[in-house]
Amino acid sequence: MNLALAVLVDGVVYSSWLFLIAAGLTLIYGVMKILNMAHGSFYAIGAYSGASLIGVYFAGGNPPWASYFLLVGVSIVAGIVVGLLIERGFLRFMYGRDEVVMILVTYGILLILEDTIKLLWGVDPYFAYQPYTLLGRTKILHLSFANYDFLLIAATAVIGFTLWFALNKTRNGKILQSVIHDREIAGTLGVNVTRIFTVTFVIGAFLGALAGALTAPGISVVPGIGIEVIILAFAVVVIGGLGSVGGAFVGALIVGISRALSVHLYPDGELFVIYGVMGLVLAFRPQGLFAIAGARKI
Amino acid sequence: MNSKKTIYLAVAALLLMLGGFILPYWFSFLITIALAKGLVVLGLVILMRAGLVSFGQGLYYCAGAYAVGACADYFQTDNILLLLAVAIVAAVIISSLVGLLLSRYRDIFFAMFSMAFSMILYGILVKSANFGSSDGFNVVAPSLFGWAPQVEGGGILGYWSVIIIVSLAGLLMWKYLKSPMGMAGEAIRENEIRVEYLGVSVQKIIYFKYIIAAVLASVGGAITAMSVGHIDPEMAYWTTSGEFVFIALMGGTAHVAAPFIGAIIFELMRTFAFQISPYTWQMILGIALLAIIIFLPNGLWSLKNKFMKGKNA
Repeated sequence: MNLALAVLVDGVVYSSWLFLIAAGLTLIYGVMKILNMAHGSFYAIGAYSGASLIGVYFAGGNPPWASYFLLVGVSIVAGIVVGLLIERGFLRFMYGRDEVVMILVTYGILLILEDTIKLLWGVDPYFAYQPYTLLGRTKILHLSFANYDFLLIAATAVIGFTLWFALNKTRNGKILQSVIHDREIAGTLGVNVTRIFTVTFVIGAFLGALAGALTAPGISVVPGIGIEVIILAFAVVVIGGLGSVGGAFVGALIVGISRALSVHLYPDGELFVIYGVMGLVLAFRPQGLFAIAGARKI
Repeated sequence: MNSKKTIYLAVAALLLMLGGFILPYWFSFLITIALAKGLVVLGLVILMRAGLVSFGQGLYYCAGAYAVGACADYFQTDNILLLLAVAIVAAVIISSLVGLLLSRYRDIFFAMFSMAFSMILYGILVKSANFGSSDGFNVVAPSLFGWAPQVEGGGILGYWSVIIIVSLAGLLMWKYLKSPMGMAGEAIRENEIRVEYLGVSVQKIIYFKYIIAAVLASVGGAITAMSVGHIDPEMAYWTTSGEFVFIALMGGTAHVAAPFIGAIIFELMRTFAFQISPYTWQMILGIALLAIIIFLPNGLWSLKNKFMKGKNA
């Protein structure tokens, strides 16, 4: 019973974290057909700016509860700045190239951003544990869980719902969907595709930064976290089907629960399980679980 | 390649090998590592000519290295021929299984899926205490039936063997790429369905290309393991595979020599950039990558045609 509970809670916590990092990635791919490797750097930038500002904030003796809003605010700013800089400043000149080439382009951006982060924040670890410890812990059936993790689940639920609502129930969301479906036709119908691209990229960057900022209190922020995270996000997104937000949700749940199972039953298999599950899903559904079928071009 | 060119290649290889006595050890070591990586990249280039970018060649690079390490340890041998053979067998076994699955995928799915397989190996190795987990373990220096020539600084057998292997592999792959099966790669990249209409099995061709690439990568990994004397799971991490893709792009895919030139420039760049400013090394790499994609989409090799216009390339 304890084991089942532990697996369930750990699994859901990890899943919600995975969804946070994967949502922006899959959104950008869906709209722009760019598999954005630099997404890991957005995560790292969010984590670093969150952690460093939290440090300053608490050192100044400000009201502790507002620190959560600080984390969100930081990621909005980071998302807008980094997203605009990369999309307007560079990426827009590369549109129309092959999808594989775009992976390499974003890989180049990832390498540049990784060192930019080191230059800006140094190589020493940052700790921003205050928001994490502030909430205390809850005991369920002899097991103790950090309340911050539950906050993470709630945040993910809010973000997931907002994304779903914005995509499916608003006019702008429908316009976005038309671009996802067919960029050229949407353009001929008067949709400003360029602007949609910019907005999508900024939102994607914001989601990446937010994932980082919200994770920062629970970890020590060190160089290279973006590199570790991007590969996990890929696994999640590929399982769910590239470009599908709902797919990312399911993919995150599958990966999260199977990892939790492995951690509790067979700890040595932790990493193996994640990519093993991915391989298994792709073997049967090559395009992922929720991919939209595409036409063959002759 | 006519017999004259083959002789040129043999003479050049021989001179380079003799150069091992004169060149400083760090330089011949750098060339060894660069050429070993070049072998991996050559395999990647063969795949890229068919339009497939593998972000997971680190799988075979690492598998070759670990096959060498495990075999040397288990059989208490340092025979370079045996160790290389073991690495090749390991690569053939793994790739003929994985290839069955991967040859069905294209584009980013091929890239992602190959990456996933290398991460699986990484995940296994990091957790396997017998292989030293994330620290890896040491590998013996190779010998040829007990013969291990030394120069000032260290053994030179790895340097010699990599030159011989690279010459042979280059020659072989040059012939392969001129053969119908090798040429089919470009046709697949241009239009897969038309190739199918011609009655050629695209999947089979890709399957063989994948195995060839795997064998080349494992030999590269095996040589690296024996020369460096230490291996760790990082060899299977996706950033290692990314490095290979980088070198492939930098060299270009037009000629079998391009990957080796790319790899040597890459290693030189890394050595010096790392000494000058260790914290911006990746940034230099990233800027170079973007510059190549924008200004030299066909790699450094395309410069040759620019400067030698009119001549018989």
